[in-house]
Amino acid sequence: MEEKQNIRAAEPGKNPEVKPAPAAKAEEKRLLVLSSSPHFKTPANVSLIMWLVVATLLPAIGFSIYNFGWRCLAVMTTSMLMAMLAEELVNLIRRRKMTIGDGSAALTGLLLAMTLPPGLSLGMVGIGSAFAIIVGKQMFGGLGFNIFNPALLGRAFLQTSFPIAMTTWTIPRTIDAITTATPLGSYKFEKHLTPYLDLLIGKVGGSIGETSAIAILIGGLILIIMKISNWRIPLSYLGTVVIFSGILWLINPTQYPDPVFHLFSGGLMLGAFFMATDMVTSPTTSLGAWIFGIGAGGLLVLIRQFGGLPEGVMYSILLMNGFVPLINRYTRPKYFGEVKK
Amino acid sequence: MKLKTFKKGVHPAEFKQLSEHKRIEQLPLPGEVFIPLQQHIGAPCVPVVEKGMEVKVGQLIGKSGGFVSSTVHASISGKVKAIEKMSHPLGINSLMIDIIGDSQDEWAEPASAVTDWENLSAVQINAIVLNAGIVGLGGAAFPTQVKLNPPKDKKIDTFLLNGCECEPYLTADHRLMVERTDEVILGVRILMKALGVSRAIIGIESNKPDAIAAMTKATEKFWGIIIQPLQVKYPQGAEKMLIAAALKRKVPAGGLPMDVGVVVNNVGTALAVAEAVTKHKPLIERVVTVTGQGVRTPKNVLTRIGTPFQNLIDFCGGLTDNATKVMMGGPMMGVAQSSLAVPVVKATSGIVCLTADSSIEKQEYPCIKCGGCARVCPMNLMPTRLARLAQFEKWDEAEQYGIVNCIECGSCAFVCPAGIPLVQHIRIGKMRVAEKHRK
Repeated sequence: MEEKQNIRAAEPGKNPEVKPAPAAKAEEKRLLVLSSSPHFKTPANVSLIMWLVVATLLPAIGFSIYNFGWRCLAVMTTSMLMAMLAEELVNLIRRRKMTIGDGSAALTGLLLAMTLPPGLSLGMVGIGSAFAIIVGKQMFGGLGFNIFNPALLGRAFLQTSFPIAMTTWTIPRTIDAITTATPLGSYKFEKHLTPYLDLLIGKVGGSIGETSAIAILIGGLILIIMKISNWRIPLSYLGTVVIFSGILWLINPTQYPDPVFHLFSGGLMLGAFFMATDMVTSPTTSLGAWIFGIGAGGLLVLIRQFGGLPEGVMYSILLMNGFVPLINRYTRPKYFGEVKK
Repeated sequence: MKLKTFKKGVHPAEFKQLSEHKRIEQLPLPGEVFIPLQQHIGAPCVPVVEKGMEVKVGQLIGKSGGFVSSTVHASISGKVKAIEKMSHPLGINSLMIDIIGDSQDEWAEPASAVTDWENLSAVQINAIVLNAGIVGLGGAAFPTQVKLNPPKDKKIDTFLLNGCECEPYLTADHRLMVERTDEVILGVRILMKALGVSRAIIGIESNKPDAIAAMTKATEKFWGIIIQPLQVKYPQGAEKMLIAAALKRKVPAGGLPMDVGVVVNNVGTALAVAEAVTKHKPLIERVVTVTGQGVRTPKNVLTRIGTPFQNLIDFCGGLTDNATKVMMGGPMMGVAQSSLAVPVVKATSGIVCLTADSSIEKQEYPCIKCGGCARVCPMNLMPTRLARLAQFEKWDEAEQYGIVNCIECGSCAFVCPAGIPLVQHIRIGKMRVAEKHRK
């Protein structure tokens, strides 16, 4: 073991042969950065997250163009541009830094467009998008402070303002806009069940980005794997819908559609993977995420089955958004070693 | 063997390869040292020398100032030039004893003859540890004799040696375990004796296979000392996390390891104890890792306490032209320095020099409630909430959310995509809550 010690540790009574240092150089004059620890950080940033979510919507965007034609692209572009413009306008008024590039407004605009009928006039699209940003986000204080999902708030505004235009659906894969009914609508009002395969792939009428369950799942799962979405929210949301609607279906299969139909029709997939999981407007605690998802799932089935509207994804999420501060408050996790007082 | 670990935490890049295989080198004797009277948690030392006095190496120059306190010793022989307030690497101004060296390196006579340590009682070992000025060398600098002297109602059953060195870059403990294995183990045996325990566990992260091998070989003949390899995860070396990983015990909030029957010490501390007991050598030197992309030749340096950082950096070839940041300790918990004139203190485990590329300064965004901080917090706190409550000065609510339990490991701010200085806010909050209680 001795030969291991190449260093001569100082020992009392013995003078180790340590040479005195040459006269210490004058202290280097150099400006050093002072900051609080930690000095290491991951490269992830808010803007990157926003643009990643936009990227994961690409499969759904692609399918929408295939399904409804190039007009979708016009709707999406209008919505995104209007959202960014509105954001910049508020920044100008509030004398804030430019935030146009952070991707947050662009994402809101895109998500709103995904929930709109493909034939909606571009003027309406722009109004809805501006409302989403100005009222839904900036009036609460901007990024991170809004209580409700801004895209859904924008859609709710359009739905109330232009109820007919917002429920005029285009038949997929046609050039002329001929109105049709969404699968949920045709079931609710005519008891007509759309084939499951069409629902899964998305060759049905509906909002721009909601029809293809598969396209949405691809993007949604990527977000979960990258830990950008909290998996508990879509799981509890979809799980509750399946269980709740399953119970109703078992009670009366002629009155209520089966859970698979519920799962893949309407905006549920888009809502579960891209709207309910919005970080700002969903709970930060794990238990809170479960409560949020279960609540939204329960509300959705109630609205779809017992409400006047065929679809309830938007309201189910917006309503639960309102509960988030309360949920966060009562689901504080126990900290390490916490003792009951 | 399945590697044990704690829940949550993060995986920062390690950068240990810069110095992990470099043998410890001795720094030439400094011409002048600055020895702070406050190098530990607790009451500062009381100076027992005066300006103009001659001192020898190992001579007591500051005596213990209370129960939770320690002692300090001259680390070179020479003359006391001044006793005044100077800048301390912790970012404070602290009373220091400035000694001009005579380059003789003449040692003071030990207080008593060295006896066989196995015949010493726990009380005697305690006294030696206090008189040698030994404090936790991992970074917190908690006086060691206080740890060795638990109240009667706390039954200690396990001694835990912290060989995790989970901070990126730092390799001082790693080198000690490889190069001075026997002395470290001797320290462990002495500490076991002082505590009256028959079991010791040595926790080492699995990224130091040579240390694990050397320590395993050295402990084969000692019954009761177990080497426990641990998963590489930050902050594995935090006392509470290490206890959770190695023993599955949870230190209650606000409590100490002794509340669950454990005493934890760092590798460097064990070595210091071995030297103090078997050689009567007080804590006058330690190994410091001088590393980072901002220094020309990273090294593990054995240096006298009180040596200015500048001496160590010169010894390692100087700062590179693009170095922007120098800190004491690792990049996760280290303290950034504004000057290289500050001295090495007992808690200086490393001097890490970073460049603009190696330390990301992020743009700050508003919190987007992504929950990333809560996902990694090893104390299971809600960092973003705590930071917010601290910013709005809601001290009562912050306390309810457990702000005082934050160990300031930096995992939250490390992952925060919004670049919020969470630890900074929480640290201020902790201070204010503590002040409120003192009133």
